[in-house]
Amino acid sequence: MPKILKITGLEKTYTSGNRELTVLQNISFEVEKGQTFSIVGPSGSGKTTLLGLCAGLDNPNAGTVELCGQDLSRLNEDQRAQLRNKEVGFIFQNFQLLPTLTALENVSVPLELQGDKDATKKSMALLEKVGLADRYDHYPSQLSGGEQQRVALARAFANAPSILFADEPTGNLDEETGEKVIQLLFDLNTEAGTTLVIISHDLDLANRTQQILRLKGGQILTNQRTAVL
Amino acid sequence: MAWRDAKASRVRLLLFMASIILGIAAVVSIQLFSSNLKDNIKLQSKALMGADYIIDSRQLPTARAQAIIDSLQPDASEVNFVSMVAFPKNGGTKLVKVRALKGDFPFYGSIDTEPASAAANYQDSGGALVDATLLLQFNIKPGDSIKVGELTLSIAGALKAIPGSTAISTSVAPPVIIPNRFVDGTELLQFGSRKEYQYFYKASDSLNLSKFEQNIGPQLEAENSDLDTHTSTSAQLGSRYDNVGKFLNLAAFIALLLGCIGIASSVHIYIKEKLRAVAVLKCMGASRKQSFLIFLIQIAGIGLAGGLIGSLIGVALQTVFPYILEEFLPFAVEITISAQPILMGVFLGLFMSVLFALLPLLRTWYVSPLDVLRVDEQASQGPKKARIIVFAAILIFLFLFSFWLLKNAVYALGFVVATLITFAILAGISIGFMTLIKTYFPKRWGFTTRQSLLNLFRPNNQTVVLVVAIGLGTFLISTLYFTKDILLAKTEVEQSAENANMIILDVQTDQRAAVEQGLNARNLPVLDNIPLVTMRMHKIKAQLVNNIRQDSTSEIRGWILNHEFRTTYRDTLIDSEAIIAGEWVSELKTGKPVVISISDNLAEDAKVGVGDAIVFNVQGVLMETTIGSIRKVDWGQLQLNFSIVFPKGVLEQAPQFNVITTSVPDEAASAEIQRDLVAQFPNVSVLDLRQVYTILEDILDKIAWIINFMAFFSILTGIIVLIGSVRTSKYQRIKESVLLRTLGAKNTQILKISALEYVFLGLLGSLVGILLALLSSLGLALLVFKEPFVPSLIPFLVFLPGITLLVLAIGLSNIQTVLRSSPLEVLRREG
Repeated sequence: MPKILKITGLEKTYTSGNRELTVLQNISFEVEKGQTFSIVGPSGSGKTTLLGLCAGLDNPNAGTVELCGQDLSRLNEDQRAQLRNKEVGFIFQNFQLLPTLTALENVSVPLELQGDKDATKKSMALLEKVGLADRYDHYPSQLSGGEQQRVALARAFANAPSILFADEPTGNLDEETGEKVIQLLFDLNTEAGTTLVIISHDLDLANRTQQILRLKGGQILTNQRTAVL
Repeated sequence: MAWRDAKASRVRLLLFMASIILGIAAVVSIQLFSSNLKDNIKLQSKALMGADYIIDSRQLPTARAQAIIDSLQPDASEVNFVSMVAFPKNGGTKLVKVRALKGDFPFYGSIDTEPASAAANYQDSGGALVDATLLLQFNIKPGDSIKVGELTLSIAGALKAIPGSTAISTSVAPPVIIPNRFVDGTELLQFGSRKEYQYFYKASDSLNLSKFEQNIGPQLEAENSDLDTHTSTSAQLGSRYDNVGKFLNLAAFIALLLGCIGIASSVHIYIKEKLRAVAVLKCMGASRKQSFLIFLIQIAGIGLAGGLIGSLIGVALQTVFPYILEEFLPFAVEITISAQPILMGVFLGLFMSVLFALLPLLRTWYVSPLDVLRVDEQASQGPKKARIIVFAAILIFLFLFSFWLLKNAVYALGFVVATLITFAILAGISIGFMTLIKTYFPKRWGFTTRQSLLNLFRPNNQTVVLVVAIGLGTFLISTLYFTKDILLAKTEVEQSAENANMIILDVQTDQRAAVEQGLNARNLPVLDNIPLVTMRMHKIKAQLVNNIRQDSTSEIRGWILNHEFRTTYRDTLIDSEAIIAGEWVSELKTGKPVVISISDNLAEDAKVGVGDAIVFNVQGVLMETTIGSIRKVDWGQLQLNFSIVFPKGVLEQAPQFNVITTSVPDEAASAEIQRDLVAQFPNVSVLDLRQVYTILEDILDKIAWIINFMAFFSILTGIIVLIGSVRTSKYQRIKESVLLRTLGAKNTQILKISALEYVFLGLLGSLVGILLALLSSLGLALLVFKEPFVPSLIPFLVFLPGITLLVLAIGLSNIQTVLRSSPLEVLRREG
């Protein structure tokens, strides 16, 4: 299978005052196109940092990240942004919707940034898919947590990404709502063939993905395939 | 706890502080300067006048007046009059005020000349002291000569200063001092010349001047003379500068108010962000008072420090004022520092910041520990009653402080109401504009443009405060600009042949024909030839003017009783006047009473109306008249207006002189005709209106400079409020930008969104300010100046883009930090 994400010898350190803190050390793994992949580990194990590096939101101190066949270290800020806009979707634990925009407008943002003329139409279709067509003109503050995450989900799929990064997508949701969101995530993966990279504490959720990478203290503990096909 | 919490937010708290520093600095510096000015006027009152007291008269004193003057034994005297002088060296001519001095005036202070010895020697050497600027203008030096009337004198020195005159008062007719013994030789004191006799006295220290003034003053007044003591004159001067001080104080107060609104808005957002922390504290057992005090102490600390720093800057700033006001002050101001304004500055800083921050601070009092779980926007607003009390406290304080500044309750109330209305209009327009954008949102515009418009409504936006801050600054400078335009337009001399731009005064009856011929020979039109007859009022409504003077209950204004009226006679009305009561009578009908027309202000001041009788003393001859009509006169128009107009057929044979007006095409022609007229008729004075216009423009420029200086405080405070707001919303901006970048936005797109937002803010604020200025200037033009108003384009072409660019520059000043922020770091933070 072709690889959509290839991480080699990744290292990330932060400087806090005089102290240097190594968050990630010698990380190497690959994610296949269309695969569902999860990264699990306790708090402070470096999961979110790893996800940020994978998506080009930050630069590593050592090692390389190859996303959709492109070495991120060779791209500048704008080129990385463009790559994300075309190929990458995001879901965050805190939803991260723009508070000034309605649900529909939030979903449209990635398309609008591309200059897509049919942005509204496509976004409306996505909102329908996540069951929020009737709430299209509501602002984030007028939506519940679950609804906000579904809007974020619709936004993540708006640009038909090749790969979707989800950081604790159910972290702020109750079990039932969380399950609905996860189901939507997997459904969209199946329909569009989007690669899913999920960060989670939840082992049950991780076990539903095809491969699990366990992190501890900034290092890979295990990287195993599961029984999920 | 207050300190620990403040340390974490110190940059923002420092910015809050900066908002009030300038306002405090402005108030303190003006207060200090005003008190210095008052002290200086008191201290220098004798030097300002040059004598202990002066008796002056606009005519040769009557026998009785002369007896009083002589009995008091004047130590010096002068006669002064306005006349043309010529410089034989280069043929230059100029209208000046000739002061023919006798005796050792001044007794206090000194005449400042170059060379310095000239002041002491000119009387003996028989030279003239000529205004230093005038010498510069005509390239004349001490040693050259000056022709005053028929007399040619050597110039002994350049006159730099003399007690009692300011740079402004000497602009139109600069002073020329000559020894009194030469006055007759000038042959300038002819019939109809405007002159003033002054007698200067040095009193013994034991003389009680106010008692003396009470005794002698009325006696002199009855004889059309006037007594001025150095104490009463300096009191008048003091109150005149006091008015200027009040105006400057109000301008400073507006800057302070703007700063306080900036604080209130910033604290509102600051507290909103702290509400969860307050709820956490309350969960852990902190009482309402404890959590409230944490932030109250912070704000009080900021206010105190701001007040102190502002006061110190104010102290430094007050040393600048003497230079700014140099042209308007007749003396050098010695700067001292008094404690009261500084203490007031510190108090103002503390009190106003706490007062204005109280409203948002109240939220910490009412926040529930439950808000740890969910901060409810509405619940922690505080009850209506508490908010109303705070609002009322703010209004009462504003009123009390304005009252303290103005010492007049009605004006103070007027100022507070006007300020509130201005703020309300600015805020109202910005809210209305935003609602308009929301309602008719341009959905078809590009993403970046729409996003930047939407940012104006983002939660915690400060759009209204920013529009008020930007708008107020723009409003102040634009109003100033428009008003200056109206004033200048009103006095402008149109360069057309129909409009007179040169007035020839004091033309004697026997000179009239020759002057007219001289003009005709040069192809210059005689536009007006107005006869002038001087007279005084003798009886008003059958009451002797002398008796009215004694009557303390009379409501007739004093000037009416002593004034020498310059009247004219004609059979038609002129453009600048209109009948508002009675009927215009053009010619005397045989056997009928003499029916005159008076101006509305004269009717009001003399308490007379149509049908009332006035007896005039026309140079010794009493003339009975009846008021036939009252005219509304536009005195602002630069043409010869009269408060009393006689019909034809009455005054033709009375002693009179004429005023002739003409229109000269250019300055060279003007100089030439002036030179010829002065050579031929030394007693004739020539007023070139274009020169007057230039001087007026110059004076207005200087006044504008001072007002600009004060407006500058408001504008600078507005800029600080703007910087504070940009800083307050920085984290939110970073978060939004990072999110957009995560979703694939390029740096240019993010930059464009921010830039457009600030352009909208700048445009909206400055446009509202300019439009408001346009409205108020239109009001001023129509209601006060009664002039059609043609607005200048400068505010639209210069202020609008200039201020917008400034707002844009400040807004984008921290965009680099926004663009450089690591998306991951920001997204990881909670919320």
